[in-house]
Amino acid sequence: MTDFDFAIIIKSIPFLLEGMWVSLLLTLLAITGGLILGVLLALCRLAPYTWLSFAAGTYVNFFRSMPLILIIFWFYFLVPFILGRPVGSFYSVLTAFVMFEAAYYCEIIRAGIQSVRTGQVYAGQALGLTYAQNMRFVVLPQAFRAMMPILLTQSIIMFQDTSLVYVVGLRDFLVAADIVANRDNRLMEMYMTVAIVYFALCLVGQLGIHKLQKKFPTGR
Amino acid sequence: MPMIEMKDVSKWYGDFQVLDKCTTSVEKGEVVVVCGPSGSGKSTLIKTVNGLEPFQEGIISVDKIMVGDSETDLPKLRSKIGMVFQNFELFPHLSIIENINLAQLMVLKRSIEDSKKRSMELLDRVGLVDQAEKFPAELSGGQQQRVAIARGLAMDPIAMLFDEPTSALDPEMINEVLEVMSKLAVEGMTMMVVTHEMGFARRVAHRVIFMDEGRIEEDCTKDEFFNTDRGDRAQEFLSKILTH
Repeated sequence: MTDFDFAIIIKSIPFLLEGMWVSLLLTLLAITGGLILGVLLALCRLAPYTWLSFAAGTYVNFFRSMPLILIIFWFYFLVPFILGRPVGSFYSVLTAFVMFEAAYYCEIIRAGIQSVRTGQVYAGQALGLTYAQNMRFVVLPQAFRAMMPILLTQSIIMFQDTSLVYVVGLRDFLVAADIVANRDNRLMEMYMTVAIVYFALCLVGQLGIHKLQKKFPTGR
Repeated sequence: MPMIEMKDVSKWYGDFQVLDKCTTSVEKGEVVVVCGPSGSGKSTLIKTVNGLEPFQEGIISVDKIMVGDSETDLPKLRSKIGMVFQNFELFPHLSIIENINLAQLMVLKRSIEDSKKRSMELLDRVGLVDQAEKFPAELSGGQQQRVAIARGLAMDPIAMLFDEPTSALDPEMINEVLEVMSKLAVEGMTMMVVTHEMGFARRVAHRVIFMDEGRIEEDCTKDEFFNTDRGDRAQEFLSKILTH
């Protein structure tokens, strides 16, 4: 342990923070996009039109059967190909995450919507609310309350998964640490730091979820 | 022309027939009690009136509008018919006043001030003004059901449907709900009430419908129902629920 040099970490903090910013920004944007697309997919899956729910179901099953790393790779080549111009690895990765996470969010949201009792749906309908109004004001608020813990847990998993972006050379927290580690030949120190930071952030997240669960117990 | 008219209404769940050629009508200002053993289809029948339950055969019209017609704007029709459910079905994430405001704002497009004013009037009418800012879970069952009635009335409905409004209540809370309903009946509200409360039927109903196995077996005035000989099934049902 004596030849460990932790001063290197202090020195590289600004550089590491830049990487962390990329990781966090990617996580936040992917959660937002994933949730929006996930809600739409869930509504499609629950729609009374067979073709619509079939299409949404196919999408979900496809993305859930693929390794994330493969999706990241694909979109890295696919997005510039479709748009006909380079977009930079951040946006291709963001697209990959949004589309991948939406599949998982969709299933969580679908379960959440189905957990809202039929009587509540009836009550909204009986008041004259349209389908969209009933979803927006009666069903989804209750569904989100019920599924918040799983949704947040999935988001923490996604935060960890953002480290996979190293395959396309996006400089996130892990890649930034890796660069410093190789440059100064301080692999042990840097990788230990990375592990501790990920552990600490995810632990805080988990504890936060636990608190939320206690504050807003699900059910009536 | 009756306010609610049903003609030969039939409904199936797969092979199982829940409603079998049900025909009846409710005049404006009339109070009709629907009773019958559990599983007789009375809850399903009342839910077909505002299109919550689809039906396969027959005709239902409310205020001359065809419920089963695919052209009919069901949300608009439903907004004119209040409905009260067995399990209250207040929205648990909204406060009491928000529960009553919601459809006024979204469906009737009333201003927030007008909605609040109307909601408070109705809360006053059901005796719950001081509960306006609370959440449904903080209220007793009887209070929740009175709020649910106020929520229905906020739409200024032309008729009210009650689906076993007191069945989920503790005995000591049944009367406070029945009192609100009786007051409504006396004021001339058109009402269709699925209930086992025969005391309520005797006091305020004009007509009583008895259902069994998806069929309307009896459809007569209150006096005929309670004071003259009815069919065997109705007699048996009455003797079961009136002995205690």
